[in-house]
Order: sequence, then C-alpha cells, then structure tokens
Amino acid sequence: MADEVVLLDLYGSMFAMRVRIAFAEKDIKYDNREQDSVNKSQLLLEMNPVHKKIPVLLHNGKPVCESLIIVEYIDEVWNHNSPLLPSDPYHKAHARFWADFVDKKVNDPARRIWLKKGEELEIAKKEFIEALKLLERELGDKTYFGGDKFGFVDVALIPFYSWFETYETCGNFSIEEHCPTLITWGKKCMERESVHKSLADPKKICEIVFTVLRKKYGLE
Amino acid sequence: MGDEVKLHGTWFSPFVTRVQIVLKLKGVEYEYVEEDLKNKSPLLLKINPIYEKVPVLIHNGNPIVESLIVIEYIDEAFSGPSILPKDPYERSKARFWTKFLDDKGMPPLWKACWSKGEEREKAKEEALESLKILENEIKGKKFFGGNKIGILDVTADFFAYGIPILEELTKIKLLTEDEFPCLLKWVTNYCNDPFVKEYFPVDDPLAKEYFPPKGPLSASYKVGLHQSPPHKHAFYGAAFLESQNRRPKYISDIPE
Repeated sequence: MADEVVLLDLYGSMFAMRVRIAFAEKDIKYDNREQDSVNKSQLLLEMNPVHKKIPVLLHNGKPVCESLIIVEYIDEVWNHNSPLLPSDPYHKAHARFWADFVDKKVNDPARRIWLKKGEELEIAKKEFIEALKLLERELGDKTYFGGDKFGFVDVALIPFYSWFETYETCGNFSIEEHCPTLITWGKKCMERESVHKSLADPKKICEIVFTVLRKKYGLE
Repeated sequence: MGDEVKLHGTWFSPFVTRVQIVLKLKGVEYEYVEEDLKNKSPLLLKINPIYEKVPVLIHNGNPIVESLIVIEYIDEAFSGPSILPKDPYERSKARFWTKFLDDKGMPPLWKACWSKGEEREKAKEEALESLKILENEIKGKKFFGGNKIGILDVTADFFAYGIPILEELTKIKLLTEDEFPCLLKWVTNYCNDPFVKEYFPVDDPLAKEYFPPKGPLSASYKVGLHQSPPHKHAFYGAAFLESQNRRPKYISDIPE
C-alpha cells in the first residue's frame, strides 16, 4: 500500500524549506499544499492545534510538527538512503546541538533584522553576525557541517541563505564581508539539486518582505 | 574498559534534575560535579563555551550539552530501558511535547517565579495557556508516558513541585480542580511514583545550606518535610525559590 505523504507548506518559510530539502535528498514523492498564513485552513488548525503553524507533515494522515522534528522523523522512517544524521550517538548529539543553535541564536535576530529599525536593528545585526561567526567556526574547513556529507545542520541552516539578500538590504550590510566561509558553504550547498529546487528565490522573498510583510508591521 | 561519565550541574536546576533522573532510569553510574554559576569555573567555560550553562554531560571526555539533547544521547549511548518511544511517530510526538514544555511551558512558569508586577501577571497568563494545552494532553492517561513515566513526565518534573510553590508565593491558585483535574492527578501520581519518591533525598546538605529557617517559604519547607509521605519536591522548590530571593544578581543571569 502506497504511503500518503503531504506537506503543509508556505512559500518563503525557511522551516518548510528544511522539510522539502529532506524529502528531495531522500527522493520522496509528496503532495505539497501551499497554505495561507493569514486565513489558516481547517486542515492546518486541526493538524497543528498547538502552534497553528507550518510546516506540518502528514504521513498517512498522522501529523508531525516542528521542522527539525519532521526532518529527524523523515530520516528515521525513510532510512534507505542519504542519512542526514550520523549514526554515532555523540556525533548525532553534536549535529542536534548545532541545528538547535540555528533555531535558538540565528532565527530570532534574523527576524528582527527585517522587522525592526534604528537601535533594535543594529542590535539584531550584531547578534546575527555573532551567531553566524560561531557557525563558521564550527564549519571550519569542512565542505559541509556534516563533513564530506551534506547533513542535518546543513539542512537546518541553508534555508536562511535564501533570506540573506533580504537581511542585507534591510540592514544595509554585507554578510560575506563578515562570514566569507559561510557564503562559500552556501554556494556549495546551492549546487545540490535538493537545495536549489527547495529554496525560495531570494529576490521573491525580498519582494514579499518589502511589499507585504514590512507594510503589515508598519515599517514601509 | 569502563565508561567515565560526569555530570556538571547545579543542585537546583530542573534541567539538571531531569538528566539525573534519566541517568538513574538507565542505570548509569556517574560522578556529579556541582558548578557555581556565579563564579563559572574555567572547566565549565571550556566544556560549554557557547552557552556556559549546566547541565553538561561528559562521557569519556566528550561533552554533550542542552538537557533534551543530553537525554536523547543517554538513551542512545547506553543500554537499559528506553526513555524515548521506539516507534518513529511516537518519538516525534515525544520530541514535540518536550520542546513545547521547554519553549512554552517552562519559561513563563520560571519567569512567574521571580518577576514582579505586570511581568509576573503576563507570565502567569502564558503559563495558564500552556497548562490548558497540557491538561488536554494528559487526559485519560496516568502519566504523559502512558502507564509508566516517560520522557515528558521527566521533563515536566519542575511542574510537579514548582507550581505548588509558585501558588504559595503568589497566593494565586494556578492548578484549580475545576480547570485542571487531570494535571492535578498527574502531579500526585508523579510525586508518588516509587522511583521518583526514592530519588530525592530529604536531608540534602546543599539544600539545607541554601535554605534559611525564616521567610515566607519556611511554611512550605515545614509542610513539605512533614507531609506524609514527605513532599520532597516541595522542599526542593521552596529552597530554590528562597535562594532566588536572596540572590537577585543570579535572577538577571537567567536567560529569557
């Protein structure tokens, strides 16, 4: 009996992009259903009643929520190819730590860069760059965070790369100037089909942020 | 060759406590190292340079940090009863709920313990929202883990003893019988579970050192100690909160 795999998606969401990359890496076919973040569908509200957010994976009708939890679920269920997490418990813990770091220390300042102005914007930029620098140090001279293999931490961080142009425009700064190694890593990841097919167009994201989101929050 | 396992922690941190419970459930022998977060040791700064926090588990020289990551590591690296479910879907649910607890449950409860005025009121409202969600989740079950304690019960350890103390501090009932009958039952079930009861010693010298015999929480202390059976968690909760009142600088160190 075939699996029914559905993704409740939202264009531009880096969290949804993580799941799409994981599916692509594993060559899993799925039904992608774009959601409306303002007028939330009954399905979304039913399947993620706690947070009411995307992404949500529906596997044979059963919901899995929270992007990194979904990616781990995908890795465990479709374990026939392209493992995203190492099998060794210590290296696995290490990968989980850095993916969690992206959520804890990159996501919030990144959001504030396009949401805030003045002093708050400057603080957000500083925190954002500090977090990226720590990630750069962790990357070192490896090709990917996973070493030779594209892995969990790469999946966690690369969607933010599609938002870099937006951050740079809002904050009037160059990320490459501060974190050149990370940009090299980003470009390398973009060469992978799973990534360039799954990431949103940076220009489109910029457009959405400036014409819709910033207006919504009273910034334009 | 034997495993060398060390746990760096503070006696009052619920994030450390949950790791200790899991180590005990797994049957892992370890050395405990008490850290002073006011004067962070060079060793702590070395083993957790990103967050400079506890708990830190060191297994054969390898440090692992962030309590939920530590718990999954312990489950995977050591033999013994499973802490997380084996089925991937059930595992994803367990991870979802422990993350919910740490993102939406603990922070407002923690904040409500030591903030004042409007900030405390806001934190209490948020804590109540999260408790409502948890009430729904525990309905029909003895523990979050089913018939026996699972990872979510262990992660929610602080709720079992922190809430009664918070209620005493603020003179406001959070867990009312009307709204939270199932959670209240869970608190009793959890605190009376033979494993949990055995785990916390009443006569902990460190706890006594931090707890003054005076102040508004001394009633809890006495009640906690002399309840039958003694409510060990109330004792720990009271001592911890009292220590917070006496060390305002530490409060400002607690991250949002």
